[in-house]
Amino acid sequence: MAYDYEKSIRPGKLPHIWCPGCGHGIIMKGLIRAMDTCELDRTQTAIVSGIGCASRLPGYLDACTLHTAHGRAAAFATGVKMARPDMNVIVVGGDGDGTAIGGNHFIHACRRNIDLTYIVMNNHIYGMTGGQFSPTTPTGAMASTTPYGNPDPTFDISKLAIGAGATFVARTTAYHATQIDKLIAEGIRHKGMAVIEIIDDCPTTYGRRNKFRSVVDMMKRLKDNAVPVAAASKMSPEQLEGKILTGVLFKEERPEYTATYAEVIKKAQGA
Amino acid sequence: MSRKLIDSGNNAAALAARLAGIDVVAAYPITPQTPLTEKLSDWVASGELDAEYVAVESEHSALGVCIGAAAAGARAFTATSANGLLYMSEQLHWAAGARLPLVMCVVNRGVGAPWSVWNDHQDAMSQRDTGWIQLFCRDHQEIVDTVIKAFRLAEAVHIPVMVNYDGYYLSHTYMPFELPEESEARAFVGPYRYEHALDPDHPENLNSVTLPDPRNDSEGNLRGGYMDIRHNLQQELHRSLDVLEEIDAEFNRTFGRGGAPILDAYRTEDAVVVLVAMGSLAHQLRVVTDRLREEGVAVGVMAVQVYRPFPARQLVEALAGRGQVLVFEKGLSYGHQGALFTDLKSVLYAQPERPKIGGFIVGLGGRVIETETLYQQVREALDEGDDVASRWVGVQL
Ligand SMILES: Cc1ncc(C[n+]2csc(CCOP(=O)(O)OP(=O)(O)O)c2C)c(N)n1
Ligand code: SF4
Repeated sequence: MAYDYEKSIRPGKLPHIWCPGCGHGIIMKGLIRAMDTCELDRTQTAIVSGIGCASRLPGYLDACTLHTAHGRAAAFATGVKMARPDMNVIVVGGDGDGTAIGGNHFIHACRRNIDLTYIVMNNHIYGMTGGQFSPTTPTGAMASTTPYGNPDPTFDISKLAIGAGATFVARTTAYHATQIDKLIAEGIRHKGMAVIEIIDDCPTTYGRRNKFRSVVDMMKRLKDNAVPVAAASKMSPEQLEGKILTGVLFKEERPEYTATYAEVIKKAQGA
Repeated sequence: MSRKLIDSGNNAAALAARLAGIDVVAAYPITPQTPLTEKLSDWVASGELDAEYVAVESEHSALGVCIGAAAAGARAFTATSANGLLYMSEQLHWAAGARLPLVMCVVNRGVGAPWSVWNDHQDAMSQRDTGWIQLFCRDHQEIVDTVIKAFRLAEAVHIPVMVNYDGYYLSHTYMPFELPEESEARAFVGPYRYEHALDPDHPENLNSVTLPDPRNDSEGNLRGGYMDIRHNLQQELHRSLDVLEEIDAEFNRTFGRGGAPILDAYRTEDAVVVLVAMGSLAHQLRVVTDRLREEGVAVGVMAVQVYRPFPARQLVEALAGRGQVLVFEKGLSYGHQGALFTDLKSVLYAQPERPKIGGFIVGLGGRVIETETLYQQVREALDEGDDVASRWVGVQL
């Protein structure tokens, strides 16, 4: 039987705005399955986003959703979690929203190890505003603001998250649909800041400018370049050049922020 | 020789910034400003524009880069809209307080939350108290001319200038306009002048902490405290209106366009009723005026081209003896009334004979402003013949 996604979609919200072939829809389905796996009560789940095509996602979901200012999702989500530590707080957004204009909030949420599940839909571009380069646009790639090739070096979002202190960091791609929900579910269950980076595609503003003839080509890139972490450990740095490492990249147990904070309050009150 | 073109408002702004000889552009994409800065980045990359383009990661950084560039002796330019302008707010105050001659285009758009990509003036209105000069354009030709004059003005008075034009109505529509010859435009704007630019041979400490009272600098000269420095900005802002008139007169002599840089009057000579607005709305009101004139009503339009500094004297001269003044605007001071309306009332307050005055809030977040609706509103106000307190026009629910 076909999976019932409808029950998780807010009535009257479809069709969505995403272009044909955009990976964002695949990720939304993955998130729905992960929320089902974890049996999340939708009334106790906040899904927060900033702005961008990716950030449109929460609007479609039947949960407590909050669409915020560009780049501020992690800060708003931190507020939600601090006020309601009992709620499940999930953040979704693009590479631009999370690591350009919102990079500061992102790293500080990681540093605190606050219990958020942060899904970065990394399509290497600002899709919504028409394809300007982002901090993850590959060096040399074409964007509307780099019509002769991007001179900037890139962020590795997963490494950034690990370096900043996130305690669960995983990566997969929009092609690996079944892995998406597994990793998100693991992230939701993890107590602490969980970052799931999903390498995504934007055929409309990135694919066309960068010689991908079709969405199939873009998906093929994701399929062909993905290397599971286990396999990667047996490969040389040369062999790993340009590959996308997938799976759980980092996991550690460290006190979670709202819990630590509650302890501090208890102590201050002499309890 | 100038060129005649048909192009979008955003491209008109980009072309004008290029003609003005900008050295540094730093910008972040936001609808409906994006095509303007994409155009500049394209020219920089292709070598057609000899400038640096810094594609920053946010508007906060964009204005930060421009502030640094201007302080280092470069002519800097940026552009934004709506929440992008708001995200610059701290830097807006900084640029004006530090007296840096920047120029920025603001492609006016409604402010979130809730999100809207459509036009109104709330972005600019909300930043009116930052110390910037705020100019408004009604069409593409004005965008070109205002951007060019803005650099002269900013550098003459050491105050940053915001050039506003309506998102979509002007940014994305195509209109014919004349573009000055590059050499003439460059000659008009002249080389970048900023005497406090960072210079290793003459080190200066910019924007250090001030005290409430004046004190001596390291060379023993008495320097103003915070309040004196602020007063100076305020005086210079007021003076900038005269400077703008001089610059505009020179522009007019050189390029044959201009003559009304502060207030632009349409059929007001004998007008008993004057409609007041900023931006493209002022052009739309001409249609209403023409219709009412045909019906025998002595009406005209006064376009306010400079919102900050507020042209108080000019407005009093233009409006004091009239029967009725009706202000149409796309922005307000929440919890009070229309921003332009309130400001106008305050300057007319001291007049022995003030006109009846009405305020109308229209077109927020792109709510369509039908010319017929404007006409009806004016008609009703004429029939009432009295003051109208900030009236919201076109609210549907
Ligand atoms: C303060 C502010 N600046 C700029 C924008 C314009 N803007 C909206 S979405 C976006 C980029 C989105 O890119 P990303 O987060 O990577 O998501 P995508 O659209 O690619 O899914 C930008 C620059 C805005 N809304 N607010
Ligand atoms: S522009 Fe790109 S990111 Fe946005 S919906 Fe279309 S394909 Fe997706």
